[in-house]
Amino acid sequence: MNSTSTTPLPADFAASGNSTPRRKFGAAKIWDNYGMLMVFAALFVACSVFVPNFLTMINMRGLGLAVSLAGMVACGMLFCLASGDFDLSVASVVACAGVMAAVVINRTDSIALGIFAGLGVGLFFGFVNGFVIAKLQINALITTLASMQIARGVAYLISDGKAVGISQEDFFLLGNSAWLNIPVPVWITLICLCVFGFLLNRTLFGRNTLAIGGNEEAARLAGVNVVRTKIVIFTLTGLVAAFAGIVLASRMTSGQPMTSIGFELTVISACVLGGVSLKGGVGKISYVIAGVLILGTVENAMNLLNISPFTQYVVRGLILLAAVILDRYKQQAQLRQR
Amino acid sequence: MSVPYLEFKNIGKRFPGVVALQGISFACREGEVHALMGENGAGKSTLLKILSGNHAPSEGELALAGQSRQFAHTVDALKAGVAVIYQELHLVPDITVAENIYIGQLPHRFGVVDRPRLRADAGKQLAQLGLDIDPDTPLKQLSIGQWQMVEIAKALTRDAKVIAFDEPTSSLSAREIQQLFRVIRELKAQGRVILYVSHRMEEIFQLADQITVFKDGRYVCTFDDMQQVTHDQLVKAMVGRDVGDIYGYTPRPIGGPRLDVMALHAPGMKHAVSLSVRAGEIVGLFGLIGAGRSELMKAIFGGVKPYAGEVRVDGRPIAIRSPIHAIQAGIMLCPEDRKAEGIVPVHSVRDNINISARRNAVRAGCLINDTWEADNSQRKVRELNVKTPSDEQLIRNLSGGNQQKVILGRWLSEDMKVILLDEPTRGIDVGAKNEIYNVIYALANRGIAVLFVSSDLPEVLGLADRILVMREGAISGELSHDEATEETVLGLAMPREMVAA
Ligand SMILES: Nc1ncnc2c1ncn2[C@@H]1O[C@H](COP(=O)(O)OP(=O)(O)OP(=O)(O)O)[C@@H](O)[C@H]1O
Ligand SMILES: [Mg+2]
Repeated sequence: MNSTSTTPLPADFAASGNSTPRRKFGAAKIWDNYGMLMVFAALFVACSVFVPNFLTMINMRGLGLAVSLAGMVACGMLFCLASGDFDLSVASVVACAGVMAAVVINRTDSIALGIFAGLGVGLFFGFVNGFVIAKLQINALITTLASMQIARGVAYLISDGKAVGISQEDFFLLGNSAWLNIPVPVWITLICLCVFGFLLNRTLFGRNTLAIGGNEEAARLAGVNVVRTKIVIFTLTGLVAAFAGIVLASRMTSGQPMTSIGFELTVISACVLGGVSLKGGVGKISYVIAGVLILGTVENAMNLLNISPFTQYVVRGLILLAAVILDRYKQQAQLRQR
Repeated sequence: MSVPYLEFKNIGKRFPGVVALQGISFACREGEVHALMGENGAGKSTLLKILSGNHAPSEGELALAGQSRQFAHTVDALKAGVAVIYQELHLVPDITVAENIYIGQLPHRFGVVDRPRLRADAGKQLAQLGLDIDPDTPLKQLSIGQWQMVEIAKALTRDAKVIAFDEPTSSLSAREIQQLFRVIRELKAQGRVILYVSHRMEEIFQLADQITVFKDGRYVCTFDDMQQVTHDQLVKAMVGRDVGDIYGYTPRPIGGPRLDVMALHAPGMKHAVSLSVRAGEIVGLFGLIGAGRSELMKAIFGGVKPYAGEVRVDGRPIAIRSPIHAIQAGIMLCPEDRKAEGIVPVHSVRDNINISARRNAVRAGCLINDTWEADNSQRKVRELNVKTPSDEQLIRNLSGGNQQKVILGRWLSEDMKVILLDEPTRGIDVGAKNEIYNVIYALANRGIAVLFVSSDLPEVLGLADRILVMREGAISGELSHDEATEETVLGLAMPREMVAA
């Protein structure tokens, strides 16, 4: 019997139930998919009107570059959150991979080797995270908190605690050139978003990720390979964070061990703000795009308005708080519907 | 005759795409047990959720003692003396029994919990229910049946005049059920209004003074005089047609050995167990709750790692390290606890049906095939008669019985050799039970070995070609379809000291 054949059942079995197929209610579905993107559009228009210098070519480039880093890392985080976990080590991996790439490029004069070494950092930390969480069943908070510190420590160790300037100028092209007037990192981010969106939506791996987040035990008993899927998720997250770190090093022309501190929280807040559920099982790439854009725009506008960095911290915190409250509220609204 | 206390007046409830209830009017009297019956998805739970303030009705109203009432919240309902005890209990496992009973209204002095009083009060409540439980035990040490009692005690401290039970007995042992019934009769004698939802006929006939039947969200009728109602009448009112013998057992040709379980021993099992099921054979595994049946099923499926033993399919040993191996070898399991182990609540019916079989339908080894996914799930929804507005509905919005059908449907497109069914008809109505039995027969006719666990003795007697009885973690006996009677099966299932006593 092949997979698409049906079990023959008694004739009266197929007697019509009252299961008339019906599309999901249109407006609700549109809001679900594009609601936060519309919020972003409104925010963008508001900033264009009220914030001086917002809608200039230079600022748009700056904004694009700023969100490109978060966008890349958020792709991996989306998978972690969708599977019901999260990864706190991404920011440290960004730093560690950048420094590693810089050091190896300087030592070997080979850009390719440097990039591979940087990616290797992400692969290593991602795999270790996944293995410890999925196989040894240690909770993700503790595991990634530990690897976060280890990765940051390694970044300091191999750089001696200082920024490592990079000797090969060709390497800077990755982060500083443009194609069709759009910076390369933005292109890379777009590609990442497409690839990860495709993975989540259209592949077995993506569906299994969501099923694990929705009910891990049910997924396991339905034959989903939970351990393997989780290891792949964390490994991918590490890899894409490392790649983001390499691009960042190229943009800054150096590997900096103290970069992106606290960035993991920015990325998680962007995802949650966009609508990715902290409880797992629910997530879409469009949510991530919306969340990253909203957060990036707010930050950009605050810079243009010369709001002090201290105030910016407060605002960012408030946004994160608003996002989780929104998440909670949405869940309760769904529960009440039951 | 007593007066109506609780009245439902033209209650309706709509969800997006679903009319769950429509024009429901009936009344419940003081000092009577009013049973609600109806097929899966008929709207019984929805009505109770309206009663408890969990849902607002789309139309109509409730009246208590002639006064119309609106509950915006469960707390409002509790204050008005209405308590609903759901099947999924709303208790906190890590705190003590006493704290659970008085949660939200702990006795305190200047903000500090008054422990001695809490203990004493809770002790009194428990004693009233005839329960011998220390109020200071953490709740998680109790059995499900005792949880239920704690939930009732909690309702009593609120002095609930109306107490509604939604399928309370589905995970209770026979002893616990008798205890629950005793308590319900006592509550009735105190003049309370009891609403009771169950699919089990024999319970309804033991307990109810009146029966109201729903079908597809509408009121069908109320039977007032229990002396006059027959089993068949009731079934006909619910299902809308004569069902006759719901088991419809006929012997079928049985082949060679298909599933061999040899000295399997796993965590949660007291002893190693061996059994075998032949091709096309339906074997029922009966035992009192706690006999270790579910653990055995899970171990065969690789859901827990076994300590020792072997499982063979068609004579070939299989690695039972994880469910994936079992599924690849053709063994499928419908687990006992639907909510925790069966469904992915936040996903659609479609995703829940395809969760496993889609791996065989993907293109290029990993790409989802949307056409197949939609086709397969819609076909299963039709075949199994799942009540849902569409297969894109979230599964948690389906009634319990329909969720069960979805989980069964999950396996129907697999290359199945053995199916393990753990309480396959728990919470399922008579009509749908009959449908599920027909699926089971159809599977057996295809040569699939069926091993099922059920606490419903008539079901085991009616369905199985062969019955294995478990007692205290070991198989205590084996009976053929013709040999088995309630007495012989129960005799093998009772713990030895109870038999001696
Ligand atoms: N939150 C919801 N959203 C959409 N539909 C719902 C929701 N809750 C219930 N329904 C639908 O309302 C109908 C009645 O469901 P309900 O749970 O009340 O049935 P029931 O009589 O309790 O069935 P069962 O015997 O299987 O428990 C079903 O068709 C169900 O799918
Ligand atoms: Mg129900």
